[in-house]
Amino acid sequence: MKVTLSAVVITDYGLPPMSSLMLLFSLLLLSSGGFYLGRRRALAVRTTKSSKELHSRPVYYGLLTSLWCGLPALIIFSIWQAMESPIIVSMTVNTLPEKIRSLPADSLGLVINDIKNLAAGNLFGGRKDPVIEAAANYYVHLQEMSSIIQDTTILVLALIAVVFALSRISPRLRARNQVEAIVRFGMILCSTIAIFTTIGIILSVLFEAIRFFQQVPLSEFLFGLQWSPQMSIRADQVGSSGAFGAVPVFTGTLMITALAMIVAVPIGLMAAIYLAEYAGKKVRAVAKPLIEILAGIPTVVYGFFAALVVAPFIRELGSRLGISVSSESALAAGLIMGVMIIPFIMSISDDVINAVPQSLRDGSYALGATRSETVKRVLLPAALPGIVGGILLAVSRAIGETMIVVMAAGLSAKLTANPLQAVTTVTVQIVTLLVGDQEFDSPKTLAAFALGLLLFLITLLLNVTALYIVRKYREQYE
Amino acid sequence: MNSTQSNTMSQQKTSIEKVRGSLARRYRAEKRFKLLGLAAIFVSLVALAILFITIFYNGHTAFQQTWVALNVTFEPDLFDAQNLLRADYEGLVKSSLRDSFPEVQGRRQKRKLYGLVSSGASFELQKMLVADSSLIDTTQKVWVPAADEVDMFMKGHIDRSQPESERLLKDSQIAWIDRLISEGRLEKRFNTTFFTAGDSREPELAGIRGATVGSLYVLLITLLLSFPIGVAAALYLEEFAARNRWTDFIEVNINNLAAVPSIVYGLLGLAVFLNFFGLPRSSSLVGGLVMTMMTLPTIIIAGRIALQSVPPSIREAALGVGASKMQTIFHHVLPLALPGMLTGTIIGMARALGETAPLLMIGMVAFIVDIPGGVTDPATVLPVQIYLWADSPERAFMERTSAAIMVLLAFLVLMNGTAVFLRNRFERRW
Repeated sequence: MKVTLSAVVITDYGLPPMSSLMLLFSLLLLSSGGFYLGRRRALAVRTTKSSKELHSRPVYYGLLTSLWCGLPALIIFSIWQAMESPIIVSMTVNTLPEKIRSLPADSLGLVINDIKNLAAGNLFGGRKDPVIEAAANYYVHLQEMSSIIQDTTILVLALIAVVFALSRISPRLRARNQVEAIVRFGMILCSTIAIFTTIGIILSVLFEAIRFFQQVPLSEFLFGLQWSPQMSIRADQVGSSGAFGAVPVFTGTLMITALAMIVAVPIGLMAAIYLAEYAGKKVRAVAKPLIEILAGIPTVVYGFFAALVVAPFIRELGSRLGISVSSESALAAGLIMGVMIIPFIMSISDDVINAVPQSLRDGSYALGATRSETVKRVLLPAALPGIVGGILLAVSRAIGETMIVVMAAGLSAKLTANPLQAVTTVTVQIVTLLVGDQEFDSPKTLAAFALGLLLFLITLLLNVTALYIVRKYREQYE
Repeated sequence: MNSTQSNTMSQQKTSIEKVRGSLARRYRAEKRFKLLGLAAIFVSLVALAILFITIFYNGHTAFQQTWVALNVTFEPDLFDAQNLLRADYEGLVKSSLRDSFPEVQGRRQKRKLYGLVSSGASFELQKMLVADSSLIDTTQKVWVPAADEVDMFMKGHIDRSQPESERLLKDSQIAWIDRLISEGRLEKRFNTTFFTAGDSREPELAGIRGATVGSLYVLLITLLLSFPIGVAAALYLEEFAARNRWTDFIEVNINNLAAVPSIVYGLLGLAVFLNFFGLPRSSSLVGGLVMTMMTLPTIIIAGRIALQSVPPSIREAALGVGASKMQTIFHHVLPLALPGMLTGTIIGMARALGETAPLLMIGMVAFIVDIPGGVTDPATVLPVQIYLWADSPERAFMERTSAAIMVLLAFLVLMNGTAVFLRNRFERRW
């Protein structure tokens, strides 16, 4: 019934509204037309006033025309898309009766959601509130209006811009310079996206984290020994106190990271040394890409492997030896994370060792040192800063790694130093707190952002230090 | 004199002897060290081999699926000629099973009997009848998918010698299966469902098509956004920007972003795209945007390296014949650097294809049966599908998880292979 109503609204206007994709496509067509017209106009101008040569090649006049056609229209389009929904919602809310409008913000939000669902044709249950229904119809009506006005505005604007640009074309118009300036501006915009991303990350985690720390003191978060973020639903409920002491989460992360490093650093480093100093060309050409395959395997595959193969194996082994091993032991996650990081350490160490000048090796051999002595006494000390930088980068990776620990490590935040027990990590907690139902006011959800902020800051510190060390080291031998 | 000489001689001898005496030890140390290196490589390769072998061993059986043949009589009074979609197809399946095993009595036993056939069997009948309504009032031999327990039994994952109470299939069910096998009514076929269906709670009806389509949408958006933006940013930073604090700041930013944990990008997507801009949750559009943010640093860094490798003589020659800076770069430098940039982009795309964590944050982890029809539809991607299936307790899902991993790895091999091919084919050494 309601669906047919909205269909009626559409036919009222005779013309079906274009989808955004259609609009963008017709805009593209228009600008290509603009390119053709601009180029032709330039050639025509040149032949009529043959005394003057064109300032730029004809292509640039075409490009300028199509940019005039496309860019302003695109800007209007994106502004419209961003503003449309809030304006329509507020206009719809204004038609609602006073009783509904004076509801608190979150229940009003629910009403608006109902209206939107109804307008989109998703019918839930048999409830028919005439007020909501009317509002939904009005909402659909506004949407149609908005999209028709948008389409006409944009297409007319594009056409006007083409005519304007064509009228400007003359042999003296510096078309190339203008096109190049626009392209250059676009490139600057693109290169600042990295900065916007960083700002976006910082702001998005910072705001929610600040809201979290308004409810939970920072000292409790950083030094508390109890982590059970499930808030109690009733005040008298047992077992879910809502404690936000993150120390057990940190120790869990540290333990798994340490296990991973114990596996990855010696293996990765020795493999790099062997490949750089001992292996022949053929072995190197085969072994290095093979090991690097390990770096290309998605982490969810490692997680599956750790949870379904390694963890049961370790538990079985433990029960044979009479040791009790948790089914989600830190050991399994740490081991597999170590395997994942081996190629990372290997590649960086390999680069660094190869960057040590040959003269240092020759000097050492000339003194009668064996290869291993050269490696241990000369190469490693010389390459140490680079290797340390690589290890720091690997640590930052291990701390931020998510899927392996989500699938293979546990959820219980125990304060333990036993790698055979289940521990939890920062990333596991972020995932479990944010997947599923979300209410953006509860400390439970906000805690995830606080953890995210911490994760970002720690990895930022590690990365900046590591990149600085590696850069300094490279300069030393260049 | 003689004695002092012999004294120094003996001292020299002792130092040479010292060296000689230590040689054996030093050579042993050398050998040990070399062996350690070899062992490290061996361990890594063994880990790789075990990983691949387990996944192949667990997954290869998922490409086959057991089907059961039922003799179904389409009684005309069951059907309404107007609406063939609505008929008691489930009842049809059940009655044909009862006809095959008339000796089965009692509610419990019957339920066990019905348990041999997948709940998707009735859809199979429905599809058949809707396609060809002339089948009414005939008896047909119809192949329908068997339940996942039967499938597991046929693949040898359920052991007949186990005590009955620990087995998923009871003795009576195994006897029925044996009879079906002897009648030639149970066979393993290539599992097309796995490639054509979306997700399902029933392992025998679950497939990866939905997730694959979702992955393609996400990758498409990522590619469309990150490649042009990445190339433009690399061009500006490498060719146009003056070396000053501002560009240094941008560079530090990019290098750091390349090493930020992926889950942080998920938080960014959740806070910015979902909560601030109100884009649809679980959609591949948001997934693509988050992946764009994540892969951009990789693409920019690879692009800059590719641009650096183009020799300055090319630029000078172009400038020398009167090209503008922009013309030099777009007509001469960019085409030469493009293979390297493409290689970097493909590697970034491969990373995006395997990425899971940020997509969990933006709700792409929902149970979605339908195959997404557009970028704003709720969707899931292959790695998330793997994660979801890995959590399911059924043995049949473990097999499908491994098979999905094989498909994902095949895509990755294809992409990385293309990257290597591009590099070898088009990369020029100057």
